Amino acid sequence: MTQPSDADLIAFVVREARMLDEHRFEEWLTLFAEDGKYWMPLEWGQTDPVLTGSLMYEDPLLLRIRVERLKGNRTFSQKPKSRCHHVLQTPTVDSRDDAVGDYHLYTPFHYVETRQDEQTLYAGWARHHLVLRDGALRIKLKRVDLVNCDAAFGNIQLFM
Amino acid sequence: MGRYTDNPQAIRDLVRETEVHRDVYTDPEIFDLEMKHLFANTWVHVGHASQVPNPGDYFTTTIGSQPVIMVRHTDNTVKVLYNKCPHKGTKIAIDGCGNAGKFFRCPYHAWSFKTDGSLLAIPLKKGYENTGFEGSHAAQGMAPVKHVKNYRDFVFAKMNDGGPDFETFFGDSLSSLDNMIDRSPVGKLEVAGGVLRYMHNCNWKMLVENQTDTCHPMVAHESSAGTAVNIWKSVENTGVKKPMAVEIFAPFMSPYEFYEGMGIRVWDNGHGHTGVNHSIHSDYSAIPGYFDQMVAAYGEERARKILGENRHNTVYFPNIMIKGPIQLLRIFRPLAANKTLVESYTYRLVGAPDLLLERTLMYNRLINAPTSVVGHDDLEMYERAQEGLAVDANVWVNLQRLYDPAEQGQPEAVSNGTTEWQMRNQFRAWAKYMTAAM
Repeated sequence: MTQPSDADLIAFVVREARMLDEHRFEEWLTLFAEDGKYWMPLEWGQTDPVLTGSLMYEDPLLLRIRVERLKGNRTFSQKPKSRCHHVLQTPTVDSRDDAVGDYHLYTPFHYVETRQDEQTLYAGWARHHLVLRDGALRIKLKRVDLVNCDAAFGNIQLFM
Repeated sequence: MGRYTDNPQAIRDLVRETEVHRDVYTDPEIFDLEMKHLFANTWVHVGHASQVPNPGDYFTTTIGSQPVIMVRHTDNTVKVLYNKCPHKGTKIAIDGCGNAGKFFRCPYHAWSFKTDGSLLAIPLKKGYENTGFEGSHAAQGMAPVKHVKNYRDFVFAKMNDGGPDFETFFGDSLSSLDNMIDRSPVGKLEVAGGVLRYMHNCNWKMLVENQTDTCHPMVAHESSAGTAVNIWKSVENTGVKKPMAVEIFAPFMSPYEFYEGMGIRVWDNGHGHTGVNHSIHSDYSAIPGYFDQMVAAYGEERARKILGENRHNTVYFPNIMIKGPIQLLRIFRPLAANKTLVESYTYRLVGAPDLLLERTLMYNRLINAPTSVVGHDDLEMYERAQEGLAVDANVWVNLQRLYDPAEQGQPEAVSNGTTEWQMRNQFRAWAKYMTAAM
């Protein structure tokens, strides 16, 4: 892929959510750039992930720990396992820079996570910063802002 | 009125030498009595003075079930007021924090109150003339919590008049708070980074006990910390520097001997800490420039002494835990017998490198967040326990590990790090302060 179309970019975001809903977590990890990050801010309009707290701010190593853990025999909070479900608004391509292969997308979503008899609905906005690496789109940053980012939550165990 | 109200003996009977009755975790009447007695008779953490730096600044929170406002008064002292207008009961402030200016103004009828709670003005006041209003409860203004102690910016309050004063209640346990504060080269902390809020469907005391439960990490957290260790093993020889996150996760998987050797110290009135000799925080990488700042501030000997303490978790009875080496405080807010809100606060060491705050926030995120792979398994255990306690076949919970009848009445002691002495210590204090004013 030398120059992804807007449709290619949107398809990437939709495909990413489907991987999560289908528990294809190993495959999902491959979508991240080596220096990629998954960020869930704690504060409304947060700008700093390092000197302000976050719900998640994870590099591929930390994400890999999560994915491995989900498979473990002694992962007690996943016995039984959680399931998740994304509903995405059509992603918007906010900006594109084909010269360097740099793209920003904005995707409002509803996300449901369930385990046993509990079903919890979350709503928020995903912002994807995608980059072209060796001809393939990769996630440099997936930022997930929950509409109630500062609320008290129970366990959030999968990925939005 | 049920089995326990005005029946102190029935409450004391719930706490045996080496076991406690499940009602302490499950019974709504016991919970109500905790709110009325335990949280009124003890010194409860309210907040940190850095949350209200200027006159008029306020912060809303709770003591047990009681809504309160911590506010910086015009004389620069920190007051704690019940968050209720004496007119119709409206909460005066609900927005977490802000600045009231010179006075609080009730949004319902515009009654106003000085920041020490005293009544300032009422619109159309002539309507109260010749009504005997001066003698009313309302004329007293917003009620203050009478006993407030600001200890090196950590604010505690006691709602009842009876019971020990602040210094007697905490005694030498304040050494843990001192150590956390002294880690700043200027001896000052600031709340920083935001608060993580995590809802738990379990009794608040399960969380307090877990803070000194050293036989669970290698079991409950094998899936998270164990996985982190294994994944790190697969990449560590590739020349990559050991990441901060791995330094944080890996010690959770230490063997029983590590936890036995770390030691537990208990103090009177239900306080205690793990990590007398070493802890999971002992082997973190040095932060560049920090030690030199500490030496410049305190001299080398004292700096080494401050940084040589690596206390793991210090429980301040009834419902907070601090981590001195990480500059973190967790408060276990009781909402119902089976519902607890855990809030995890973090502090900046004033005058120290930012990298320390970065590590503090990473620790909080990885271990204490609702998205934490460590927190997930802890919560799973608490909620399974809350459900399991419904079983009538055995209504007792065991706290017997390394029990010694001679431990009774010792005001301070150090023991093997896997003892459940601190849990027993908490329940002895629980029985005492539940029944002190009955």
